[in-house]
Amino acid sequence: MNWESILTQTFSQGFGTQAVVFALAAIGLNIHFGYTGLLNFGQVGYMAAGAYGLGMTVYWLDQSFWLGIVMGIIYCLVLTLVLGIPTLRLRADYLGIATIAASESIRLFVRSRGQRTRTGASEGINDFADPFFDLNIFNKPGSQSYRFFYWEYRAGDLWVMLIGWTVVALCLLITWQLMRSPWGRVLKAIREDEDAARALGKNAYAYKLQALALGGVIGGLAGMFQVIRTQSVQPDTFNPTITFMIWAVLIIGGVARIWSPVVGAMIFWAAISGLEAFLRELIRSDWELFGDTIGVHAERFLNLTVQNVSQVKFMVFGMTLMLLMRFRPQGIFGSREEMALDDR
Amino acid sequence: MTDNSNDADFVPGITAGGGGAGAATDIEHHNPIEGVFDDVAWEVGVAKPDPILKATKVSRKFGGLTAVDVDYLEVQRGSITALIGPNGAGKTTFFNLLTGFDEPTTGSVSLNGETIDKVPSHKLASKGMVRTFQLTKALSKLTVVENMKLGAKDQPGESMFKALFSPLWKGREDAVEQQAREVLDRFNMTHMAEEFAGTLSGGQRKLVEMARAIMTDPELVMLDEPMAGVNPALTQSLLGLVKQLRSEGRTVIFVEHDMDVVRDISDWVVVMAEGKIIAEGPPESIGENQAVVDAYLGSHHDEDLEFDEDGNTTTETGEATFSVNAKTDSEVSE
Repeated sequence: MNWESILTQTFSQGFGTQAVVFALAAIGLNIHFGYTGLLNFGQVGYMAAGAYGLGMTVYWLDQSFWLGIVMGIIYCLVLTLVLGIPTLRLRADYLGIATIAASESIRLFVRSRGQRTRTGASEGINDFADPFFDLNIFNKPGSQSYRFFYWEYRAGDLWVMLIGWTVVALCLLITWQLMRSPWGRVLKAIREDEDAARALGKNAYAYKLQALALGGVIGGLAGMFQVIRTQSVQPDTFNPTITFMIWAVLIIGGVARIWSPVVGAMIFWAAISGLEAFLRELIRSDWELFGDTIGVHAERFLNLTVQNVSQVKFMVFGMTLMLLMRFRPQGIFGSREEMALDDR
Repeated sequence: MTDNSNDADFVPGITAGGGGAGAATDIEHHNPIEGVFDDVAWEVGVAKPDPILKATKVSRKFGGLTAVDVDYLEVQRGSITALIGPNGAGKTTFFNLLTGFDEPTTGSVSLNGETIDKVPSHKLASKGMVRTFQLTKALSKLTVVENMKLGAKDQPGESMFKALFSPLWKGREDAVEQQAREVLDRFNMTHMAEEFAGTLSGGQRKLVEMARAIMTDPELVMLDEPMAGVNPALTQSLLGLVKQLRSEGRTVIFVEHDMDVVRDISDWVVVMAEGKIIAEGPPESIGENQAVVDAYLGSHHDEDLEFDEDGNTTTETGEATFSVNAKTDSEVSE
């Protein structure tokens, strides 16, 4: 067993670029669901809108990367109007259905052959983020790898992380300020009971639209970091599984808590990567049980090999999530007492 | 009944259980519109001296069913007007039409002479109208004081961009906070201020909902069954608070089932049955009105039923009351 490799995977991924992406997406979802009660099952749609707003501006319109960032935000605002105007006057579940449908529609649209000149279809858009990496302060001659105890990153990833976690901090600050303001109080009131808020003179529809836009734009930023970190916009990166992973992040942290998206994302990626590394090492190890190695047993009884470990890790993670729901449904930061108020 | 004076369900000075208003209530709450209804005829659709709310030919159809069909109704400014009627009479539907939570199929509603039936419900608060709900809507995961502050008007911090900069709304927030605490004090809820509203009892939630409505500084308060499911002690304090609204010059319209309550506090009673208004008048007139008696109260509504050892009614009137009600029910269901 190479414990150092397992720990390096765990710690590096826990703070890595994936965690940045999921933290941002979950901050957005937290504004939607945690504070406003909007059921958004298509957060990945916002990520795609941000990513393609950026990618298409560079690839199709041949404009600068930086204008692409602005366009990504505009795409997210447009998506908000498309989703929100027809559904926000209806019951919460209609938005849920619309979001999941919209996120899939976006993915299928951008990967369709006919959009090849605009979105790159299934090949996607590649190497569009050079202006971003040109500014990398971690570039150095020779080896492009940095190591600090169990944390090991490439220079490019470090740069994405530096900017990424800064943006995360900024989004947290904005969320914190908004949620302690009277505006946030109205959102929470709408979450609790929309009619009561309306009777007190609050335009629930407008507030919900604003919350959808804000959380959506932050989700769009997540999508931008997703494609910047890989220098590639791929339609199939934005499949519905991602949305549910974002929900898992939010649930681990605890709904409607400032820190939960960040801590949730770190734990999620640390756990997923650590689990994969552990399983891999376990199968490869020379530990023996009843005369055979663990790897032989795993293949014989569970059909588990090094090749399918990356799928199995999600199964194990899913089981863990179920146990969490059973024994700590409020997540890490939530309060069980507060959660119990729903049932009264 | 409570014997603990710190219990929030109980306003000190108001004796629970009394049929009429408690002594303290009479001292605190004079009736500023005393005598206004003296010259008003006891008939449906009659004009009032100074109406704040008018409903003209208001109807609401759900498919083939006409839930509400009100020809004309005026509500006197500054009065406490009760809206009563048997189950299914259309009171709550009519209430929703008046408060913009539903749109009438035909007809119009005006507040202070301004047509409001096309005005979205959230804009009515700024026009001076606020409502509560039959099923109390305490905002569970907000504290009581946050619930209160939500009612305040003119809070710049409720705009998304101004919310980002505390100095733009902090001043108003402090004023609102102080006002909220004052109102809570009046409702004897100060000790619950920091609790989540979801932890309150049913009666306390009614108090919070009403106090929150007062925070909007309304001209017209619409209470949908404010006393439903509330214990007798709290009913008395709620009645005191409703009278206090009147003495502050606010108009109150409330839906109610309990005839003792209606007799106690209302200046004017509007009776609905099967979607129509069938009678109007001061509370004392309602018992004399044959249409109301037939439709709603039964012919011996003032007498309590008495029972023998086997649980059968011994009062002669008992059976009569039952049969009148039974007839009404069958008419309603037709």
